[in-house]
Amino acid sequence: MLVLLGIAVVVFGFVVRANPLLVLMAAAITTGLAAAWTPAADLAVMWQAGVDTLARFGKAFNDNRFISLVWMVLIAIGLLERSGLQERARMLIAQVPAATSGAVLWVYFVFRQVMSALGLTSLGGHAQMVRPLVAPMAEGAAEAKHGPLPDRERYLIRSHAAAADNIGLFFGEDIFIAIGSILLMVGYLETNGISVTPLSLSVWAIPTALVALAIHSLRLWLLNRQLARSLAGLKAEGGE
Amino acid sequence: MITLTHLYVLAGLVFGAFAVLSAIDRTNARRFRNAAFWGLLAVSFLFGSMVGDLGNGIIALGLVVLAAFGLGQGKPNTTSQEERRASAERRGNLLFLPALVIPAIALAGTLLAQNTPVGAVIMDPKQATLISLILGVLVALAIIMVWLKPPLVAPLQEGRRLIDAVGWASVLPQMLASLGAVFLAAGVGDQVGKLFADYIPLDTRIAAVAAYCIGMAMFTILMGNAFAAFPVMTAAVGLPVLIHGFGGKPEVVCAIGMLAGFCGTLMTPMAANFNVVPANLLELPDRKAALNGVIRAQIPTALPLLVANILLMYFLAFPA
Repeated sequence: MLVLLGIAVVVFGFVVRANPLLVLMAAAITTGLAAAWTPAADLAVMWQAGVDTLARFGKAFNDNRFISLVWMVLIAIGLLERSGLQERARMLIAQVPAATSGAVLWVYFVFRQVMSALGLTSLGGHAQMVRPLVAPMAEGAAEAKHGPLPDRERYLIRSHAAAADNIGLFFGEDIFIAIGSILLMVGYLETNGISVTPLSLSVWAIPTALVALAIHSLRLWLLNRQLARSLAGLKAEGGE
Repeated sequence: MITLTHLYVLAGLVFGAFAVLSAIDRTNARRFRNAAFWGLLAVSFLFGSMVGDLGNGIIALGLVVLAAFGLGQGKPNTTSQEERRASAERRGNLLFLPALVIPAIALAGTLLAQNTPVGAVIMDPKQATLISLILGVLVALAIIMVWLKPPLVAPLQEGRRLIDAVGWASVLPQMLASLGAVFLAAGVGDQVGKLFADYIPLDTRIAAVAAYCIGMAMFTILMGNAFAAFPVMTAAVGLPVLIHGFGGKPEVVCAIGMLAGFCGTLMTPMAANFNVVPANLLELPDRKAALNGVIRAQIPTALPLLVANILLMYFLAFPA
């Protein structure tokens, strides 16, 4: 039971808004110490447990370096921003009279979900697509109609751009048979003596995917209405 | 054959350059902290396999200490708003080409490596997506350098501008994965599963389905990852109660259970690469809050979807 102290540290850390990296490290050390603690353990034993935990953390940190490779994208994206990529995205969307923020986000959301379902999860992402293209287009669509955006609406649109990417990815990718989570389930069931095919798992991701499509489409439609109302109200106020 | 090792050297050199450029950036009052942070990350990429487990632990600890003291944000020379608009007017929609080259090559490379013998010779098929992504970045970089002729140091300075905007959150996903390894070794998951099995009444089908789905979501919120929650909750509730007890179809129980976990991923700052990193990349003012704008945008979709998953599992998993 003591090892659950690590989870308590995580929750406490987020409640008091400590730096998340500090919280994670504290939780790791706490967990390692708690796992080693016995009434007979003296200081030397606990010190060793702390060092061992740091080493285990370090090994995992090293093994997981591939996660941080994605930042290499920033050198190309930054260079494109310097040349006006975001501005171009805004201009392009302003030429489409029917485009609204909600519509731009909806098109991207559906594109992301369908592509993920086909296994093409690399066609998206926050650094590659959302910051340089999707968010500026969604903002640009609102600006073309309503003029400069107030901060509240601008950040709301940006938040929804990130959300569209996540939701499209999560509830599309499991339909593809060769994705990590499907293989994890096949392997887990296999070790428990139940054999299923990846395909039989992935077809049962379809009902949830359809519900996610319906719910999030509705949300983006509501977002559009909310934006239209608040931005129109703002314009009327400004005109007086 | 290109493997991750080559990419680590490249990343180490790029982060090393970020460190040097940070150190000489006088606009940043905390420039030496930034330099130390990116420098440590460069050391991890370049020498991580040589310094041993404890050495890597000390590198991670160093990053944590620097982050806790606080990093600054450099202001590399870049173009002004007006220059960007003028450039966008002049270059037109061709500007999208290099941006789209990155995902296009990521995709083509992945398919090549996994489906053709030639692709498998060029790169490690297991890491094909990451390797192709970086290749895409390099191709895009080459196109931009030849076409737009920015100063030679521009890619590194622009990259530093963006990585400084992301800040310490850039290593958060990697740190979370490491915490997961420590939790696994200490048996945290098993304990949570036992709590669930011991204290939650699971004697009706709907209660058991709800406990499994909500447990997946809640454990994912705590761990930041549905992959960590799945074996725990399935061992505690899914297998013994839903599959063996009530005779649920394992493929339906597991597939929908995993997706219930994904609903939790949408609601937690622990899923840093999905919820915290974009808040930093998009420079949201509330990016440091536990419930930042991205998470608040996702909760109203995640909660009804969690309820939908409970109902779908209840109606689809049990043959009449």
